[in-house]
Amino acid sequence: MEILRHEHQKPKLSVTSLLGLRELSREEIEFMLDQTASFKEINYRPIKKVPTLRGKTVINLFFEPSTRTKTSFEIAGKRLSADVVNFSASQSSLSKGETLSDTARNLEAMKPDLLVVRAQGSGVPEMLSRMVAVPIINAGDGCHEHPTQGLLDLFTVREHRGKIEGLKVAIVGDIRHSRVARSDIYGFSKLGAEVTVVGPATMIPPGIEDLGCKAAYHLEPVIPEMDVIMMLRIQMERGSGKFFPSSREYSKFFGLSMKKLERAKKDVLIMHPGPVNRGVELSPEVADGDFSVILDQVENGVAVRMALLYLFCGGTDAATA
Amino acid sequence: MVKKKKVMDSEAIRRALMRLAHEVLERNKGVGDLVLIGIRRGGEQVAVRLAGIIGEIERSEVPCGFMDVTMYRDDLYHMRHQPEVHKTEVNFSVEDKVVVLVDDVLFTGRTVRAAMDSVIDLGRPRSVQLAVMVDRGHREFPIRADFVGRNLPTTRTDLVNVVLDAEGKRDRVEVVETGESKEKE
Repeated sequence: MEILRHEHQKPKLSVTSLLGLRELSREEIEFMLDQTASFKEINYRPIKKVPTLRGKTVINLFFEPSTRTKTSFEIAGKRLSADVVNFSASQSSLSKGETLSDTARNLEAMKPDLLVVRAQGSGVPEMLSRMVAVPIINAGDGCHEHPTQGLLDLFTVREHRGKIEGLKVAIVGDIRHSRVARSDIYGFSKLGAEVTVVGPATMIPPGIEDLGCKAAYHLEPVIPEMDVIMMLRIQMERGSGKFFPSSREYSKFFGLSMKKLERAKKDVLIMHPGPVNRGVELSPEVADGDFSVILDQVENGVAVRMALLYLFCGGTDAATA
Repeated sequence: MVKKKKVMDSEAIRRALMRLAHEVLERNKGVGDLVLIGIRRGGEQVAVRLAGIIGEIERSEVPCGFMDVTMYRDDLYHMRHQPEVHKTEVNFSVEDKVVVLVDDVLFTGRTVRAAMDSVIDLGRPRSVQLAVMVDRGHREFPIRADFVGRNLPTTRTDLVNVVLDAEGKRDRVEVVETGESKEKE
């Protein structure tokens, strides 16, 4: 009975890999958030493990250093009983001169059920998805997208506010280099929020409005109307430092302090994808303060990734259906 | 060729639930350590109704939770695509409790097997019992229900729908004879 009911359902996703939020519909994103809500409860059990992905192998293919995202995927996989194998660039054959595609094909030959890919180059997960038949989840690629971060941001806001529709969201910082910003712009605007990107003019790419958001070049005037303020990390490793005179100056104009928050809505949510540069984007009082939901984001990250591993690991035949 | 046949109306369902409630109480000598867990989604309304009736009879509330067992299914990867997972909401400890699993239809027994695994992951109950609105036969596991609303002979290709709405006005159990074979090869 139960079996028959499921057999007749239409697949809810049109994609077999998660490369970005750009190609997803509002319904698909909402479906992923609903699934996340169902998986979250497992994280509070005394025995945090379900047998769902028993016998499935997930490879964390990280061409770029990451602790939070990698750990989050690893925990998510293990809580679903998948075997999670970590593969990082420093110890990989890439350093011996193997090409990206050879690495991917070699890993594919070991028959994993899913690849989680983090890469410095924008578009690497997309390229690999055309080379290998294994489903891929993008764990952040260059300056392109970070869809799982986008989804956990959406989930966190929805959990606190009950909805996304109609909210005003500011994304503050280095929009130019931020994959989180792109995923958030797509995600929040698809779900009906009004997104404003804020930063120094050097860090806001021209034409960003085409993604469906507004741009502002001063932080303080936009604070009072915002429901959500997403502070991005200044990414020195991506050359953020070349776009403003000094960290102190950046912090003065685009950092968030308690003083600037005095004019904010009483229930504003302060978010940050981490790792936080304390004293640059956020003063410690704000990072640890009542408005901050930064640790909720991290907590929800595991639930989001559990839902995604479940949805993409199952050998869905969405593409052929 | 689809034939729909109503086999229980709201009165019949009301009486069956009443009897089930009394049987559960008689077997367990009251509500002492009793908790109900409805299996999503069919068992959800049945559990709510049953908990309501038991509460009225004993004048004390019996904890009622809901469980989605999708994550525990053995046939997960035999389906064409991943089924939607619903929330598990068991906001009480099952440790040393008498857990009555509640579902609408008992068929192959696979759902109940998954539900038992699922309960055990939440703690160690003293015992687990099973109450269903309809037992339609065709078991594939050594599982039987402790409390049955109605035994219903069916063929494997029939669909059995237990419809319980919130007000209880349009409650019904119907058998849909599809005539087509939906069995998996």
